[in-house]
Amino acid sequence: MPDAADIKSRIEAAIPGARAEVEDWTGGGDHFRATVVAPAFEGLSRIQQHRLVYDVFGDEIGGPIHALSLTTRPQ
Amino acid sequence: MSDQNSNPVRDAIADAIEQHEVILFMKGTPDAPACGFSARTVAALQALDARFAAVDILPDPRIRQELSALSQWPTIPQLFVRGELIGGCDIVTEMYESGELATVLGLEQSDGAAPADAAPVAGAPLQIENRLS
Repeated sequence: MPDAADIKSRIEAAIPGARAEVEDWTGGGDHFRATVVAPAFEGLSRIQQHRLVYDVFGDEIGGPIHALSLTTRPQ
Repeated sequence: MSDQNSNPVRDAIADAIEQHEVILFMKGTPDAPACGFSARTVAALQALDARFAAVDILPDPRIRQELSALSQWPTIPQLFVRGELIGGCDIVTEMYESGELATVLGLEQSDGAAPADAAPVAGAPLQIENRLS
């Protein structure tokens, strides 16, 4: 089961220059809330920004990670 | 890829998205949301008195599977306006707060209207699974 630190490090490893703050929303290890700031988001729509983050986790979203609530911005 | 196989669930979803200007795929119904994220998204739409079609994805797991394959978006809810994916709960809530949601929907946003205060205006939910033979 992923924890908040695991999710943070995977986002930061996968998206160049990204900084992520992740909290376990419910304490249950399956609902997370993340704020991700990455220069790679520049010029992308919100949908595209969120997709970049969701893509890090693939099928785990909706599986072991029941929910990953996102706020993204370029800087 | 699946051209040789008919896919009635995906076809029904694509038809629903095409035929409804504003359509929300959610867990539960607007009157009885089965998930907090769906509830928040419904509340944002209702706060704007938006008219929208709603599809409950829970009765048949294929609906969620095919919807996500079609939209390339992994989570529920999903809001479509004029055939385009607008976002899920996070994006819809952000757009509600910034006033962009009203703009996308072509509606006026009254000041100070909190989502929780809204009266429901949605019609009967669509039943995709009932349209499948």
